[in-house]
Amino acid sequence: MKFKGFAKHYYLMMAPGLVWLFIFSIIPMFGIIIAFQDFNPGRGVFGSEFIGLDTFRYMFQLNDTPIIFFNTIFIAVMKIVGNLIVPLVFALMLNEIRYVRFKRSIQTIVYLPHFLSWVILGGVLLDIFAYQGPINGLLGIFGIEPILFFGKAELFPYLVVGSDIWKEFGFNTIIYLAALTGVNPALYEASGIDGASRMRMLWHVTLPGIRTTAVLLAVLGLGNVLNAGFDQIFNLYNPLVYSTGDIIDTWVYRTGLLNLQYELATAVGLLKSVAGFMLISLSYYLAYKLTDYRIF
Amino acid sequence: MIKSKSLSSRIFDIIIIVVLCAVAFTCILPLWYTLAVSFSSKSAAAAGIISLWPVDFNLTSYQQLLSDTQFFKSFWISIQRVVLGAGLNFIVVPLMAYPLSKSVKDFRGRNVIMWTVIFTMLFNGGLIPLYLTVQQLNLMNSVWALVLVGGAQTIVFNIILTINFFRNLPKSLEEAALVDGAGPWYILFKLYIPLSIPVLATVSLFSIVYHWNEFLYGLIFMTREEFYPLQTYIQQLVVSVDPSVMTEDQYKRLSEMSNKTLDAAKIFIAMIPVLVVYPFLQRYFIHGITLGSVKE
Repeated sequence: MKFKGFAKHYYLMMAPGLVWLFIFSIIPMFGIIIAFQDFNPGRGVFGSEFIGLDTFRYMFQLNDTPIIFFNTIFIAVMKIVGNLIVPLVFALMLNEIRYVRFKRSIQTIVYLPHFLSWVILGGVLLDIFAYQGPINGLLGIFGIEPILFFGKAELFPYLVVGSDIWKEFGFNTIIYLAALTGVNPALYEASGIDGASRMRMLWHVTLPGIRTTAVLLAVLGLGNVLNAGFDQIFNLYNPLVYSTGDIIDTWVYRTGLLNLQYELATAVGLLKSVAGFMLISLSYYLAYKLTDYRIF
Repeated sequence: MIKSKSLSSRIFDIIIIVVLCAVAFTCILPLWYTLAVSFSSKSAAAAGIISLWPVDFNLTSYQQLLSDTQFFKSFWISIQRVVLGAGLNFIVVPLMAYPLSKSVKDFRGRNVIMWTVIFTMLFNGGLIPLYLTVQQLNLMNSVWALVLVGGAQTIVFNIILTINFFRNLPKSLEEAALVDGAGPWYILFKLYIPLSIPVLATVSLFSIVYHWNEFLYGLIFMTREEFYPLQTYIQQLVVSVDPSVMTEDQYKRLSEMSNKTLDAAKIFIAMIPVLVVYPFLQRYFIHGITLGSVKE
């Protein structure tokens, strides 16, 4: 035992972090009791009366519930698919470029939106897509009537998905590019000698080389099926698009913190947390089974 | 790689370069547009005639911005938050990651703690219990609410990245130090941390960007505008809409009412810190992410 007697030091090292996580992550978990109570903020979690599953029964009778679950899953699934495919295509194109400095410059530019907040980008997008904004100005040149983009419920989910892909595709190429550097150059040389065109190399060498990474990312995406992106939607939506754009997280925020229906908001949040936890666990399990990947 | 280039191969290259440039252009264009608006006259902005260059170039919005004391108060709160948040992150992450990078054989309690830590990342009590916890801790209106709540939610991912990085360091280093009689603190501070600059720079970048960009906790834990961090202040100013019913006309008028040039100036100033930090840390984060996540 070469590390004999080190354990107490290890616990000492971890103490600050564990206390931190205990107070701000573990303790709030006990607050889910509120979902089963007739919660009275004055009396607190310990003094409020238990009412069992009444809040959950009420929740399933609400018209909003199926809508927000549908919107969440619809937007999230489109984002997951788009955020798998667009970065893959972009990474494959970058991989064809041999001028290193050009490649680097493009990478630097496309990573940037990932680091800007949705408050900032939401403000910018609302301005660009405004009724009198530049996009409508551009459409006007072709004789198209101005469109109230972010006020149209039928357009909203697609604008959300499109702008999310625009923000994240660059950053998401990093993992594909790392996988692409792992493809053995000898395979390209061999297929070049055999007279393969670049398209054939792409198909027979490059794509098989990053198949595992693509499968892994797809499986891990499963864990995000209930995460449609609170920050983004909160900064882009408005009452006109609630029917297609309101998601679980935004609804919980309004119900709980603006309308002060604590029990209901906690119950919906709890349902989401439990389902989300199961999805993520499943995705990790599948990732391990299919690609031998472990997160730690 | 392949030296001889056919005509079709050249055309292929040119098409790819054009597409890459066009896509990268769309990543910059919205930011450039915002900058152009901020330097334009109010009347031009209201009429929506700004394109890629400021119309009636002037500095009025920046002069107005200087007299907005709340903007600078909020800016200062955000700076405090970033320094405290990223500082704590930088201290706690390696302290947690080092013991957890040991195998169960060398550190018996490792797996139980690891799973507990992972659990805090995968499951949460939801927004309302978190809000009530912060209220109970008397942290409302304190910058520590922002630092500690946000930090607890992002630290686990950073710990995992760092654990994976530590595990990729050669085992022989630690063994040699043990033979020389080094203890765990010495090994962590004199051996592991100096060798882990890429991953520590990466997790610091993530922490800085997270604390700078996060707005929701500022909105719910701060009851008065004077305590808002910058993003929350801008969010309330630029994109906040009354969350009740509204008509299309009201929505259109909302965007006409706002002071677009001043808002654009605020948005642009709020971007600057990220734009400044980003190029310095960029060379580290790609290395840090790929080493921490992709295992051979």
